[in-house]
Amino acid sequence: MAERAAPGGAGPEAAAPVPAGAQVPELSREEKLQLRKEKKQQKKKKKSEKGPGAEPPEPGTPSEPGQPQAVHPTSLPALADGPGGTEKPAGGKSKAELRAERRAKQEAERAQKQAKKAEQSQAATPAKPRLTPTEPQSVVKRLPEHVQVDDPAAQKKLAKKLERQQVPLRQDYGTKVNLFSHLHQYSRKKPLTQQMSIPSTVIHPAVVRLGLQYSQGIINGSNARCIALLEVFKQLIRDYSTPPNDELSRDLVAKLKPHISFLNQCRPLSASMGNAIKFLKKEISCLPDTLREEEAKEKLQDTIDKYLREKILLAAEAISKSAFEKINNNDVILVYGCSSLVNRTLCDAHVEKGRAFRVIVVDSRPRLEGRDTLRRLVRKGIHCTYVMINAISYVLPEVTKVLLGAHALLANGSVMSRVGTSQIALVSKAYNVPVLVCCETYKFCERVQTDSFVSNELDDPDDLIVLRKGQAQLSGWAENKSLRLLNLVYDVTPPDLVDMVITDLGMIPCTSVPVVLRVKNVDQ
Amino acid sequence: MGRVGSGSGELMDLIRTEGQRMTAAQPSETTVGNMVRRVLKIIREEYGRLHGRSEESDQQESLHKLLTSGGLSEDFSTPYPLLRANVIEAINELLIELEGTTDNIAMQALEHIHSNEVIMTIGYSRTVEAFLKEAARKRKFQVIVAECAPFCQGHEMAVRLSKENIETTVMSDAAIFAVMSRVNKVIIGTKTILANGALIAVSGTHTLALAAKHHSTPLIVCAPMFKLSPQDNKMVPVFLTLLYSRLIQFPNEEDSFHKFVSPQEVLPFTEGEILAKINVHCPVFDYVPPELITLFISNIGGNAPSYIYRLMSELYHPDDYEL
Repeated sequence: MAERAAPGGAGPEAAAPVPAGAQVPELSREEKLQLRKEKKQQKKKKKSEKGPGAEPPEPGTPSEPGQPQAVHPTSLPALADGPGGTEKPAGGKSKAELRAERRAKQEAERAQKQAKKAEQSQAATPAKPRLTPTEPQSVVKRLPEHVQVDDPAAQKKLAKKLERQQVPLRQDYGTKVNLFSHLHQYSRKKPLTQQMSIPSTVIHPAVVRLGLQYSQGIINGSNARCIALLEVFKQLIRDYSTPPNDELSRDLVAKLKPHISFLNQCRPLSASMGNAIKFLKKEISCLPDTLREEEAKEKLQDTIDKYLREKILLAAEAISKSAFEKINNNDVILVYGCSSLVNRTLCDAHVEKGRAFRVIVVDSRPRLEGRDTLRRLVRKGIHCTYVMINAISYVLPEVTKVLLGAHALLANGSVMSRVGTSQIALVSKAYNVPVLVCCETYKFCERVQTDSFVSNELDDPDDLIVLRKGQAQLSGWAENKSLRLLNLVYDVTPPDLVDMVITDLGMIPCTSVPVVLRVKNVDQ
Repeated sequence: MGRVGSGSGELMDLIRTEGQRMTAAQPSETTVGNMVRRVLKIIREEYGRLHGRSEESDQQESLHKLLTSGGLSEDFSTPYPLLRANVIEAINELLIELEGTTDNIAMQALEHIHSNEVIMTIGYSRTVEAFLKEAARKRKFQVIVAECAPFCQGHEMAVRLSKENIETTVMSDAAIFAVMSRVNKVIIGTKTILANGALIAVSGTHTLALAAKHHSTPLIVCAPMFKLSPQDNKMVPVFLTLLYSRLIQFPNEEDSFHKFVSPQEVLPFTEGEILAKINVHCPVFDYVPPELITLFISNIGGNAPSYIYRLMSELYHPDDYEL
């Protein structure tokens, strides 16, 4: 908070000397305030020690009036500078010492608790074999904010959090369909950056650019978004420098939070991005304290590279190889929309292995992503046919198999993918055409979902407006109280409509997703 | 209508030739052929009445008659001067009936729509629009319209419905299955009704019907009887009953009902060089098999798809199925 950075000008704690004379009256007021803060934080720490306190104790303390906003000293977008930081109260060295003491106490207690647990588990292990690698303590997860738009309390909490992190709150646009009033609906014409000052002092410019690319639809597709996100995080880590008296493992995670909030406001995070962020946070917090900062940053960047290479690029190769076994000569393959994985599979099969097959590309309004697929495949010389989704009953009698991509695979075996995928699976089933879904394991999610309503994304409703014969019928929809436009992004395909999922671990049925998740958890 | 006093046989041949010419001009407009067949049936009936035969006998030729007479029993050669006036009067009645079909169907709306329903429809059908507007006068419900790309007729439908203060939502065709679980009824119009109770409707209807079947949502088709067409273009079981001695001929050509329009609607010419290397299809119609349909609402009331073949025998004479 800028207000906290202000007192004593100690935000840029690196070297700004404190002109003692001018600051004496402020310090005394400060000291009182900080004593109050300390007491509050101690209370919170006691509470957090009891519970699984993942969040750093950061109460929404009332803003202190009359404190000047010291934003200007931080002209560099370097992360070390304070205004975005959350739990670091500014102050003199005495503050830091106190905090260091408190932290030492916390760690001692933590170590004690772990020792106790180890004893208990040792006593218990002969009694019962290790059933689950992780205790089901996270069974009751906190509901994500983006599906609680109709809850004013949750929205207020979000607004406060964003205000603290200095991330602007994006406003919803247009009347929503009643069934979806619990979701956000944004307009592409009002990007988040219009509410921010550029250059932003809180958010790294690479992240601002990335957020804009997401919200305008320039970067699309779960793999592309995840790769872009990880590259930007590598840049963030490169530009990061640990503030003194602080540890990289704790501070960096805290620094990432406002950036993640910002990206979330630009466009809700995809499952692949969520998994990548979870992985990154875990890696950061598991960094040993003995590493120097440069070494730690190097290590982090290497880990990110490894994740990118293994989970995304090599997985795509493995899937392409597995799927190739299923493509025969003279096949007619139906694909929908634009999936990077499916495109790669088809191109590999045609170019490298020389299989002769035809592709039918099915597309739908308003995104018309199938045209990208069409261009890519035609460039490689694959024979293609192009239809809209309403014509699938016409083309399906000649199709031999259907290859679909996925945005995420849910723990009950449902496939979450671009809207229209479930329809294609349904009609294919009616014509007895096998449906194959290609999905990397890093997109597997522990969520469960049975319909496409509870957790989805609403895109800009103006996309549905089309000009035909010189007239756009729907252009006046905002004034018409009875007319709503619905532009869904995802839908959920029930597992019985999918015949097989091709992953980097092999070809599995839809219902084996929780098995894979559990194996992954054991590995980690 | 030719020379005065000529036999009705010549009249029927004349009408038949003209009908063939008109249907050949636009085969997908099956109502043209249907009306020609109705007129032929009117002529037969009027002739039969004047010829002295009662209405009930020889609605269809009995097996006994066929065996004993051996050949075409109907001659149509006797000229009747009153035939012309009778036929014109009957055609006027037919015209009045046709003009009232939409209202007849709309009057049944309140029997099928309850309050707080969510109804889904696709594309733009004037019959369904009248049906829903009539129900909206007394009941409150919501409508979801699938826009039916690439022509997007659904947009016009939605705008018209919303003007009557019906809460309407427009969505892309790709979301049909996604939202189907919250839909109570699916009400659609159609282009043609086939003899077995199947539909030839706008492209995308088959997907809608499959999604409705998957969720066990009733699919109601609002269509007037003049859309019932005896020609059938998919594999259809051949009907042979004791009452009918003539086999109803169905040409077994698959997909001969398909009509295509310029693929420019799907992929515009601005896409450039790839157009030369790909095929683009833009079919206009879809075939919906009768198993997916729950109910037909027409100007003569509600019927199940399995009953359609009987209605057809009342409207057209078996000799006229092939124009």
